[in-house]
Amino acid sequence: MSLAAKYPNEVEQILSKYPPEGRRSAVMPLLFLAQREDGYVNQASMQDIAKILEITETDVASIVRFYTLYHDKKEGRYRMQVCTDLPCALRGADKFMEAVCDRLGLNVGETTADGFLTLEAVTCLAACDKAPMFQIQGPDGLKYHENMNVDKTVDVISTLKRKS
Amino acid sequence: MAYILLRHRDIPDLDKFDVYQKNGGFAAFKDSVTKKKPNEVTDVVKNSGLRGRGGAGFPTGMKWSFIDNKNWPHYVVANADESEPGTFKDREIMEGNPFQFLEGLALASYAVGANVAYVYLRGEFWELGAALDRKIAEMEEAGYLGEKLFGTDYSLRIYTHLGAGAYICGEETALLESLEGKRGQPRVRPPFPPSFGLYGKPTIINNVETFTNVPMILANGAEWYKSIGTSDSAGVKIFSLSGRVRKPGNYELPFGTTFRDLIYKHGGGVQDSRAVKAIMPAGASSSLIPADDKVLDTPMDYATVRTLGADLGSASIIVIDDTVPMTWLINKTVHFFKHESCGKCTPCREGTYWMSHLTERLQHNGTRGDVDLLLNVAKQMQGKCLCALGEFSTMAVVTGIERFKNDFDKPVNA
Repeated sequence: MSLAAKYPNEVEQILSKYPPEGRRSAVMPLLFLAQREDGYVNQASMQDIAKILEITETDVASIVRFYTLYHDKKEGRYRMQVCTDLPCALRGADKFMEAVCDRLGLNVGETTADGFLTLEAVTCLAACDKAPMFQIQGPDGLKYHENMNVDKTVDVISTLKRKS
Repeated sequence: MAYILLRHRDIPDLDKFDVYQKNGGFAAFKDSVTKKKPNEVTDVVKNSGLRGRGGAGFPTGMKWSFIDNKNWPHYVVANADESEPGTFKDREIMEGNPFQFLEGLALASYAVGANVAYVYLRGEFWELGAALDRKIAEMEEAGYLGEKLFGTDYSLRIYTHLGAGAYICGEETALLESLEGKRGQPRVRPPFPPSFGLYGKPTIINNVETFTNVPMILANGAEWYKSIGTSDSAGVKIFSLSGRVRKPGNYELPFGTTFRDLIYKHGGGVQDSRAVKAIMPAGASSSLIPADDKVLDTPMDYATVRTLGADLGSASIIVIDDTVPMTWLINKTVHFFKHESCGKCTPCREGTYWMSHLTERLQHNGTRGDVDLLLNVAKQMQGKCLCALGEFSTMAVVTGIERFKNDFDKPVNA
């Protein structure tokens, strides 16, 4: 089903933010909309968005591949994205990541066997005074978890599992 | 001194509409739209000495006066892409004092004759973007945004637009490309946004912190703002302090405050009472400053920090202590730039890739030859990249190797 049929109000609201000559600007919010259900954008969605905006499928695919928050293949329902950039690393982020890998039994980039969580390393999230930290990207959006340790991380994941 | 920007630290609940309005909120905007001509607002900002707070420090009023009045419509864009490692000031402004930021954006829009403004937020500020949408709706309900404001002919709408994870979209022309629905790759400059910006129309882009100063400048006057800070750099700056300090965080201080005061008086000094080895004043894009008493006692403003062989940039101060090997540090910064390189220009795309191989090698079996080659690659990139990302990716590498020679002799001894 096309996005316009599934979320008519949201699509209209998105398109209304930009002038007629700037219709293509809507590609980014539309991609977040398309990603909402399964956590990634499939080819049908890319074709659908291309049609709405009168651009090519290649144009849409090039946007998906350029940005880190868009995904074009199915992985975990939730993505745990840990910052291991310089300021966080100066405050223990690398050790934190190792400990998380150990506890979850995952290497960076891998997904839990039940398909619930994918563990990723990302660049600076503008939370350098609250390291170690990570964000969780899921179907319902994106949330920060700051001043973390391994035990608190396990709590966050359990809470997430209970709510799903 | 009372806060000018982080006023939520003085006034609880300042992020609530009623509290903001009760504390002088929106008076500057209403006053300007009903009683001032647009260029009068620009003149006040020009006379205040306000400079861009995103990192380049370009005089703000001068930028606004460059807008091409022969080409319409005009746009204003707030750069809320905050992605420079070590920077987290705009986030606190938008969380704690959102209406002052939005009022500043509205004032700028009136000054340059824009009826539409966009806030480009990095995608990770997802919840913040949703909160800003609610604040914008409240302003519309109260008649501070919308059609024909305060009975005048001036109309203004503000929209948020989320990025999706790309540091390069903090570069103003890459931001415009991204906002237009393309890959965020910088444009060839000139032309600059005030002549050719969003959708090819004249556009003013400024950082969140820059806009947040504007309502206070209009309310209290240009002379007031100029009386704070230094003659080179007027006003206050939010210093994002991170790294090996005891109390990392945002510190709003007048320009002219020394590194020593920021790190020791406000930041609680260095963890484990260790010595400061180096200061990175501009986040990952920094030149590394070897720390000594003279450096620590240097007042922080754009001109004076330059005498130390570095740029203040966004004032994202990362403190490095003597436990940190520079080989490890530049491996982190180079990997950051390699990941974030947009790929458009060859020196950056290839250069960051090759530098990352060499910095990785220095972690394990590096030789003196690797160090020499790394310096060579970095220097070949300088002056040749399409935008500042490529240029800045070389700064920690070159200054690391040249100013911390001992750290790079180790591979040879190993």
